[in-house]
Amino acid sequence: MEQTVKNPADGAPDYNFAYLDEQTKRMIRRALLKAVAIPGYQVPFAGREMPMPYGWGTGGVQVTAAVIGPNDTLKVIDQGADDTTNAVSIRQFFAKTAQVATTEKTAEASIIQTRHRIPEKELREDQVLVYQVPIPEPLRFLEPRETETRKMHALEEYGLMHVKLYEDISRHGHIATTYAYPVMVDDRYVMDPSPTPKFDNPKMNNMAALQLFGAGREKRIYALPPYTKVKSLDFEDHPFEVQTWEDECGMCGARDSYLDEVILDDQGNRMFVCSDTDYCAERQEAGHRGPQHHDQPLGTADRGKAAE
Amino acid sequence: MTQMNEPLLRVDNLTMMYGDRVGCKDVSFELRPGEVLGIVGESGSGKSTLLRSISAQQEPTKGTVEYQTRIDGVRDVYQMSEAQRRLLMRTDWAFVHQNPRDGLRMNVSAGANIGERLMAIGDRHYGNIRSNADSWLGKVEIASERLDDLPSTFSGGMQQRLQIARNLVTSPRLVFMDEPTGGLDVSVQARLLDLLRGLVHDLNLAVIIVTHDLAVARLLSHRLMVMQQGKVIEHGLTDQVLDDPQHPYTQLLVSSILQN
Repeated sequence: MEQTVKNPADGAPDYNFAYLDEQTKRMIRRALLKAVAIPGYQVPFAGREMPMPYGWGTGGVQVTAAVIGPNDTLKVIDQGADDTTNAVSIRQFFAKTAQVATTEKTAEASIIQTRHRIPEKELREDQVLVYQVPIPEPLRFLEPRETETRKMHALEEYGLMHVKLYEDISRHGHIATTYAYPVMVDDRYVMDPSPTPKFDNPKMNNMAALQLFGAGREKRIYALPPYTKVKSLDFEDHPFEVQTWEDECGMCGARDSYLDEVILDDQGNRMFVCSDTDYCAERQEAGHRGPQHHDQPLGTADRGKAAE
Repeated sequence: MTQMNEPLLRVDNLTMMYGDRVGCKDVSFELRPGEVLGIVGESGSGKSTLLRSISAQQEPTKGTVEYQTRIDGVRDVYQMSEAQRRLLMRTDWAFVHQNPRDGLRMNVSAGANIGERLMAIGDRHYGNIRSNADSWLGKVEIASERLDDLPSTFSGGMQQRLQIARNLVTSPRLVFMDEPTGGLDVSVQARLLDLLRGLVHDLNLAVIIVTHDLAVARLLSHRLMVMQQGKVIEHGLTDQVLDDPQHPYTQLLVSSILQN
């Protein structure tokens, strides 16, 4: 089904719907189906050159391009924020090439492409979360040979993953890995949840939404079907824990969300704000106030920049 | 231990060809628990090929390697599934490389190196893994305070001892050693050999040790196999082979060593 941009004047008339040609999308969908069928397994795919550099989300963009339809509503976040360069440019890319509706509201989106964060608001069954993944192989830094890591996945030899955690504890006294924290998927495959902070790991467990992971440079796709068991690896005497903050969000006063530290001046003053801009804005609209909120709404753009 | 006299390992007519070239040819022997077998011979005589083939790292062209597993009885190691074979290799077997860098993870601490095998077989208690690693460090005469140091900060002899500890932590019954004292100076060699001899005796290990150093062979091994051009030319008790060599090549080998 060839779909071309409806209004050539607004879109990119020389490109197919959502930039990629239909054959490529079909190839990616095949990889996605396999990935969904084997949760946590890394499926190789013929990653394409995208009009952006590797590391900017080429994997996520290809996955989004393969699953997006004209009736979808797209939200793109980078570190939780809707208004950082990466998020803005990817959102504009699809607004132009697919002419889909875009939103900053988590609840209104049918597809959410993300780098680093899972929205604070609970996702629903009719939503798809697409991750941009830099390094899909959780064993990579301990075992550089791809032939060997594949064999280890195949034979479920995951002792090495605990060597890394052991090393963390022996050096820092606790498991100091705070992002890309390895998880066991469906009691079978160890998976790298991409560079999301471990704060978000529990959200992956039993999530209602479909989660798709695309690594453009390494040309791998993996997935978590809805309601999949995802368990963070740990030791019996050093159980998995998420980050906690002593402060609350300076703008909305939230204590349950992932907070970014913002340096305010060179006098040591700082504040914490929600990394999820939509969550924070929604709370402020509902009348919640944090200590730094002076009822002159700080533009979300400023907050996003400061958070970088 | 009713199986005390059952062979732990039985190698039958093992032949490894590299195209037309012979790696090793028609090697057969048995090894019993607690027995140390030395394999000596000049460079290129097929010692390392033989060791790789026996230790399931390189499938031989012909012949079988049978091992008395703890659970399943006697199994041909090349008929096992890869998963079973790899499990065997990291639990009941151990392999000590000549160069400790081949057998250690240089970018994680000594403790993690020793703990790796424990974690690989499902140990998930940090405190236990650590205290186990610590006690093994003591057994190979490395100070406890080095537990969190990287192996790259260790001397060559310490690295080799760490490699041994890392291998023995799962209480294997069969240990393969490829020139374990190569590259170490003589005083360190002596200490390492002393340590090895103690461990082999205390843990009742069966060992296959490849060496070109007859002194090492004499000190450690009960039995000796002499290889030349891929074939075993002489096989017997160590003292017997070294003191009364029958084959001209063995005679040459023995006489080439400075006697006191």
